[in-house]
Amino acid sequence: MLEVKNLAVSYGAVKAIHGVSLEVHDGEVVSLIGANGAGKTTILRTISGLKKADDGEIRFDGTDLRKMDPSKIITLKLAHVPEGRHIFPQMTVEENLEMGAFTDRKDMEANMEEVFGRFGRLKERKKQLAGTLSGGEQQMLAVGRALMAKPKMILMDEPSMGLSPLLVKEIFSIIKEVNRKGITVLLVEQNAKMALSISSRAYVMETGKITISGNAGELLRDDRVKKAYLGQ
Amino acid sequence: MERRVKISYVINFLGVLAVFLLFVLLFESRVFGAATQYIKGICTTACYTIIMVASLNLVVGCMGEFSLGHAGFVSVGAYASAIVSGALTGKGLPDLALFLIALLAGGIAAGITGVMVGIPALRLRGDYLAIVTVAFAEIIRVCFCNFSITGGGKTMSGILKLSDFYWCYWVMAACVAVMYLYIRSKFGRTVKAIREDYIAAAAAGINVTYYKVLTFTVAAFFAGVGGGVYAHYMTAMIPTNFNFMYSAELLSEVIIGGIGSLTGSIIGAAFLSSLPEMMRQFSQYRMLAYSVVLIIVMIFKPGGIFGSWEFSLTRLLRRAEKKEHEKAEGGVKPWKQL
Repeated sequence: MLEVKNLAVSYGAVKAIHGVSLEVHDGEVVSLIGANGAGKTTILRTISGLKKADDGEIRFDGTDLRKMDPSKIITLKLAHVPEGRHIFPQMTVEENLEMGAFTDRKDMEANMEEVFGRFGRLKERKKQLAGTLSGGEQQMLAVGRALMAKPKMILMDEPSMGLSPLLVKEIFSIIKEVNRKGITVLLVEQNAKMALSISSRAYVMETGKITISGNAGELLRDDRVKKAYLGQ
Repeated sequence: MERRVKISYVINFLGVLAVFLLFVLLFESRVFGAATQYIKGICTTACYTIIMVASLNLVVGCMGEFSLGHAGFVSVGAYASAIVSGALTGKGLPDLALFLIALLAGGIAAGITGVMVGIPALRLRGDYLAIVTVAFAEIIRVCFCNFSITGGGKTMSGILKLSDFYWCYWVMAACVAVMYLYIRSKFGRTVKAIREDYIAAAAAGINVTYYKVLTFTVAAFFAGVGGGVYAHYMTAMIPTNFNFMYSAELLSEVIIGGIGSLTGSIIGAAFLSSLPEMMRQFSQYRMLAYSVVLIIVMIFKPGGIFGSWEFSLTRLLRRAEKKEHEKAEGGVKPWKQL
């Protein structure tokens, strides 16, 4: 479904990604784990067009994404939940969700009902300003907003960041549920254990390169991963 | 829903009409005696200031970017409309048509300038954008100082006196209504989303630059219309009228009234534009007074006097109706039952 080949990205003179290749198949949850500054977020931003690549190839269902604007990429049904809960704080929950349906307004009402069905808390707070929600609710709103675009695939950037352990669990169960409904997920996480436990496959990144990749279950047992990311 | 919207349009129109009739009554009954003409003039000043300030509020309030060059767009509108009305005089057009055509021309000219300034400038944000808008306004001013068609730095005079208060009132009402609808529309909501979170807006599929330039252009258009009214009221103008101080004055009126509140812009502009007229003898201290008011507002009410609150006639009526309702059936309620 998504295919990235020899991707190279830089910020000015600093090369952030050196030749990364990865692929995500239809219906999978694939996670991208690694330490701070490894380039995980950069990869997601490059896929969704927010950052331009220097070299390489990005294909989504066969369409080349590299020369596309972010506002066009989302019309291909590839949604991005940016890192750190980027919601619209001075707009109501409802308006936030409406913005998610920006590129495709037909069926908006029905989609919103579906999102509200999944996130009861958001429905209760429909008319509330999004900035007044708690951290977990804001993250749910960010996910809900991405779902409003009726995506085939979601790129999720550190959904568990800054959340309490209980909420982390809830967010991950939401991701699993989203996936069960047929949406492919590419997940970037620092919380390697949780990420691996819900993924089918995973890539481990280190300073702009993919160092290990494979089946999530195998990676959980891999000594190098255990040592570096699982604290064992 | 559809019906409710229609009813609210009618109610708001009636509200605007009622205010208009109040003014007509005041002026026609000559309550002010010999000062009537003078007060009418002040009200006209208030009308065009309201248009300019409200349009600046689109940029500052709705889009969340500081523009310090609004006087530039005002001057483009003022000169363009003056030139057009000058060229069309004696062609047998009725005055009102001439006035409206001139205003439209002023608005369009300013709108085009808005696109030209907006495309390069809106790539910047925050302080940098503010600096660039100052620069553009200065460029426009210097151009007008050198073009022979605008009087070449001398006073451009002999512009028709078309800005009658009664007409200006309706022009103002129409401009504010369109701006209000713009803010409430899909476009306005999109621009607000960009203001709130640039990255999330881009990730939601919004073409950020397009919507920013669009809003900037709409604001410039209305600034130009305001400038047109100004030109046909003053009948003479000089490019130095539209200097940095004029932009700063408009911006301070937006901030004092309330960033993001058209109600605030209307009341702030009406009040602050008529205040110096009322205290003519202290007029040289006007900017000083502005600064003091601005500082006080910033300390005690950082979002402006009205914040982002909007006056709503329909809401007011609904509330009044509710109260009536409660009174009607609530007479026996709380303690009489005991």
